[in-house]
Amino acid sequence: MPFEWFVSLRFLKEGRMQTLLILVGVGVGVGVMVFVSALINGLQASLIQQTLSIQAHVVVRQAEERAKVLAEPDAHTIARVEKANQRMASIDRWEEAEAQVGRLPGVVAVAPTVAGSAFVHRGNVSASVALRGVDAERYERVIPVGSRLVAGRFRMTGSETVLGAQLASDLGVGLGDKLRVETTRGRTDVLTVTGVFDLGNKDVNQRWVFIPIRGAQTLLDLPNRISTLEVVVRDVFTADRVAAQAAAMTGLEADSWMKLNRQLLVALKSQSSSSVMIQFFVVLAVALGIASVLVVSVIQKSKEIGILRATGTSVRQVMGIFFIEGGLVGIVGSAIGIALGSLLAYLFSRMAVNPDGSPTFPIDLNLMLFARSVLVATGVGLAAAVFPARRAAKLDPAVAIHNG
Amino acid sequence: MAEAILELAGITKNYGAETHVVTHVLHGIDLTIRPGELTALVGPSGSGKSTLLNLMGLLDRPTSGQVLIQGRDTTTLNERGLTRLRGSSIGFIFQFHHLLPEFTALENVMLPAYAERGRPTAEMRERAFVLLQHVGLEERAHYKSLDLSGGQQQRVAIARALMKNPPLILADEPTGNLDTASASQVFDLLRTFQREQGSVLLVVTHDSRLAERCDRVVTLTDGRIAADERRAAG
Repeated sequence: MPFEWFVSLRFLKEGRMQTLLILVGVGVGVGVMVFVSALINGLQASLIQQTLSIQAHVVVRQAEERAKVLAEPDAHTIARVEKANQRMASIDRWEEAEAQVGRLPGVVAVAPTVAGSAFVHRGNVSASVALRGVDAERYERVIPVGSRLVAGRFRMTGSETVLGAQLASDLGVGLGDKLRVETTRGRTDVLTVTGVFDLGNKDVNQRWVFIPIRGAQTLLDLPNRISTLEVVVRDVFTADRVAAQAAAMTGLEADSWMKLNRQLLVALKSQSSSSVMIQFFVVLAVALGIASVLVVSVIQKSKEIGILRATGTSVRQVMGIFFIEGGLVGIVGSAIGIALGSLLAYLFSRMAVNPDGSPTFPIDLNLMLFARSVLVATGVGLAAAVFPARRAAKLDPAVAIHNG
Repeated sequence: MAEAILELAGITKNYGAETHVVTHVLHGIDLTIRPGELTALVGPSGSGKSTLLNLMGLLDRPTSGQVLIQGRDTTTLNERGLTRLRGSSIGFIFQFHHLLPEFTALENVMLPAYAERGRPTAEMRERAFVLLQHVGLEERAHYKSLDLSGGQQQRVAIARALMKNPPLILADEPTGNLDTASASQVFDLLRTFQREQGSVLLVVTHDSRLAERCDRVVTLTDGRIAADERRAAG
């Protein structure tokens, strides 16, 4: 074993209480870091996942058309601009746009959707709903309705429909039951329920009614047109970029989930920065702890350092001894901290559970987080050793031996 | 005549140059020590003995003058060079033994060689053990130094000073805190080693009986050499 390792290991081993205290200190610090990171990362991933379980990553739609004012308003006239025809807010020749968007890098799936509002009636009960005309197979890749079914299946042909659990219970309908749908323009149809879903969002469960795309086009008076292209991308955080590319490519308007959920993103960002702040101060406290223990040990050992110097130990070797001590404390402390933080995170996720047994706070423990903790703690250990090591190096052996 | 192991030429040492009260501890010391000599450095407290010993041991630098070890001028050496020369040429024995309490007797003896080589070797361990045998402590080789008596610790310190077979051994009151019997035993050991290895041994001491058993007695008074007498080996 190299001389410096031999001496520093022995110093650490023989300074039992001090070594133990500092290891526990570093361990607790790293434990807090690991726990906070795991919790916040898990929380954010779960929030994003929840948001995106009822939302496409990018939605492409027709840009809103402004009605043109033909006569310049003067002193005697007042121009009142009415909204353009709904028909104008739909996408014509959408197959072309769909193909263009589908070819963009990072795009995983594209599903055309026809959307509009309508009423559904069952006996004496009526409800206002959001009609969504989709191709079930393709839509499944955007929002996995098929895997969130309470009953039936996510397949629709002709006049079949799949609706939300809340709506089904409001109307008192089940599989195979029929209900009447009436659009705001007066078109009607009779639909048969073939599936009931629960997407985990009350509003969606109460309002969404899926029907085949062709049926929706007829009901909403949009022959061969669609309302939106719903897009899924591989990395959810590239949605902004993909949206911009899609807009440029098709001349349509494209919004990413990030734009539609600004507030969520702001919340996530401030959460991240508060987590960084917490970790920064924890790292600072750990660094000060290691440094102070090492400084004390340099002072306590100044006589021994003097003896080492007098018996031929070089300044570099003496500094090396303290750097090794700092680094070792960092490595071993971070190992303890990772175990501690993981245990804490695990217990926490076991303690706070939903009624169905799934954790309220999902925990994200991963190798990257562990590697980063070890790196940070070791770096901090080495940095904290700089001052004590220099102090040890500056000791005058003659003075240290006689006064130490 | 054989080459001098240690040569001091016009050594002065002042303390407190950075403050206004400058203390002159040594005023021009000239001293030459040749191979095979056992020299005692005696003098009252405050006469500059320890300061002179630190300068000879390269633990400190003189204000002016030269320290030559085996004919080599040390004034031009940097810190690293001094450390290297100290490690290879000088063995120290301090009054309060100064062993490292974290280490065993054997490890303490090995340390100077270990520090120099960077890694332990079998011969290193072997030699350390033989040295402990010489000082009669082979059975205590694996005791922590704090578990040894004062006399035993001082004997370990002697073994450590001899580990690298240095041409110059400096001992600062090596028997100062030992009882008479132990003191005599330790001094005998030093004497024997010095004869066997032909090294130069310089002992700072208060003990006049010890001084009488040396080949040469240098008396220091107020930072000057007041007397330098050789006597028949005792």
